[in-house]
Amino acid sequence: MDLTSLTIDAARSAVQERKTTALALTEAHYARIKQEDGQIGAFLTLSKERALEQADRIDRMAAEGKTLPPLGGVPVGIKDVMSTRGVRTTAGSKILEKYIPPYDCTAVARMEEAGAVVLGKMNCDEFAMGSSNENSAYHPVRNPRDLSRVPGGSSGGSAAAVAADMAVVTLGSDTGGSIRQPAAFCGVVGLMPTYGRVSRYGLIAFASSLDHIGPLAKTVRDAAIVLRTIAGRDPMDSTSADVPVPDYVAELDKPVRGMKLGVAKEYFGEGLDDEVRQAMESAIDKLKSVGCEIVPVSLPHTPYAIPTYYLIATAEASSNLARYDGVRYSHRARGVKTLSEMYRRSRDEGFGAEVKRRIMLGTYALSAGYYDAYYLKAQKVRTLLTRDFDEAFRKVDAIVTPTSPTAAFRLGEKSNDPLSMYLADIYTVTADLAGIPGISMPCGETKEKLPIGLQILGKHFDEGSILRVAHAYEQVA
Amino acid sequence: MKVTDKDVAYVADLANLELTEEEHAGMLRDLNSILEYVDRLNELDTSDVPPMAQVSDRYGVDEAKQGSARFAYASRKDVLEGLRKSLPHEEALANAPDADEDFFRVPKVIER
Repeated sequence: MDLTSLTIDAARSAVQERKTTALALTEAHYARIKQEDGQIGAFLTLSKERALEQADRIDRMAAEGKTLPPLGGVPVGIKDVMSTRGVRTTAGSKILEKYIPPYDCTAVARMEEAGAVVLGKMNCDEFAMGSSNENSAYHPVRNPRDLSRVPGGSSGGSAAAVAADMAVVTLGSDTGGSIRQPAAFCGVVGLMPTYGRVSRYGLIAFASSLDHIGPLAKTVRDAAIVLRTIAGRDPMDSTSADVPVPDYVAELDKPVRGMKLGVAKEYFGEGLDDEVRQAMESAIDKLKSVGCEIVPVSLPHTPYAIPTYYLIATAEASSNLARYDGVRYSHRARGVKTLSEMYRRSRDEGFGAEVKRRIMLGTYALSAGYYDAYYLKAQKVRTLLTRDFDEAFRKVDAIVTPTSPTAAFRLGEKSNDPLSMYLADIYTVTADLAGIPGISMPCGETKEKLPIGLQILGKHFDEGSILRVAHAYEQVA
Repeated sequence: MKVTDKDVAYVADLANLELTEEEHAGMLRDLNSILEYVDRLNELDTSDVPPMAQVSDRYGVDEAKQGSARFAYASRKDVLEGLRKSLPHEEALANAPDADEDFFRVPKVIER
């Protein structure tokens, strides 16, 4: 049995039936990491002690004949923006280089309660700000499918680890596309749940009205199992919704025949790569072949999504990142004489270029005289973007789009032009702004063998439908 | 140019960032290029559109209520150690760059 190519159910059953052990699974993944990660760079920190302790607990359960929980013995990775008690959590930033959280993120705690073995912390763009993982203060991540290419971002390490069989599943975070775009670039499944579906307690905040936690996985079923594990109200996060959690795994086998899928012309316009367009057309044909009905819809405000996103996300970031002051837990500059000098020098030394750029843009958009013209204007356009989806979802059950206008680009290709990098998120930011769920599915590859992603967007709290469509597509793809 | 040198210095000051000369020049260029792109929002008439701060007032709330009353489910009694125990002193100070046994230590705040 190849221990590093298993799905969640296969791994758990193998441990349950004593065909292998959680310890052997864990060690096989660490061996794979040792062999592969030198060239990929997906992990920032390994949590071996914690992993081995958990594996031992699961193995004892299996030995005693107890039924294992849904993720029993399954090796997972956690994006380094989620706090892990006793395990260094950097958010990909030098400013948190030595930070050891005193508590666990709720999503991580729920994964471990469900039996998952946390292998370590995944590399990402600094504070989840980026679309290529080149903004990590430690090292970039390389795309396992082509090492000269980026894995996408900001959850680049989370996507690359799953693609390279260094973890069965990982958790990522999505503020403007940071789960779905790297999933598309690396050829894995990435699910961003509805805003409020998953608690963000313990997630290092980037933009609080847009941040989501969700899984990156090898199969749609694995993504559904993880969502079922981490979803649901958490009293520690007042924005986590008090909405019942359905059995997402049971949803997968419901029929898709007769479901209406919207296709919006705004997602097929200028800038869309021809090979991606062809892959979309063939994916849409396959969805028709399983009985889905394709309905044209219009999302007219889509061209305004990127400017709206970059004003709102940076404004919120400028406020959230004010906490890194060098007093309680972040980097402090040496040799400073006054408090004010300490703040400035510590932040200058600790933050990277893109983080500073976004703090500056956000501070500007919120500053006196510009608030109405930028921040308030963006909040109003956010209403229009959300109404577009409300309107479209009166006619359809889900909407299918490309995840990204192109396949993975080369390292360095966009790193000197912030605006062109921002445009990599053009098809993903809308869902974050509207708070609706979205999943990215592998749907073929380019001539250069680079994966292409199909995005399926759903109604608020209707992850069941997009998982069902994604699962049906996966069976025929 | 929308953003001037003076604006960059002012905003850096508000954000508690100390920019090098090189960073300052780069920021001037990037902010202007991004804000020029952002200007396309002005093509839209939003005079009758309400601003949207977040989406969480639509789901799992009491829709008959308005404002913060919609989020009544999220409130709890204000009691000592309500949802979790306070961090022990030692743990709370463990990540501090400089602390004594009781307090975070910082450079002098008031000049004499």
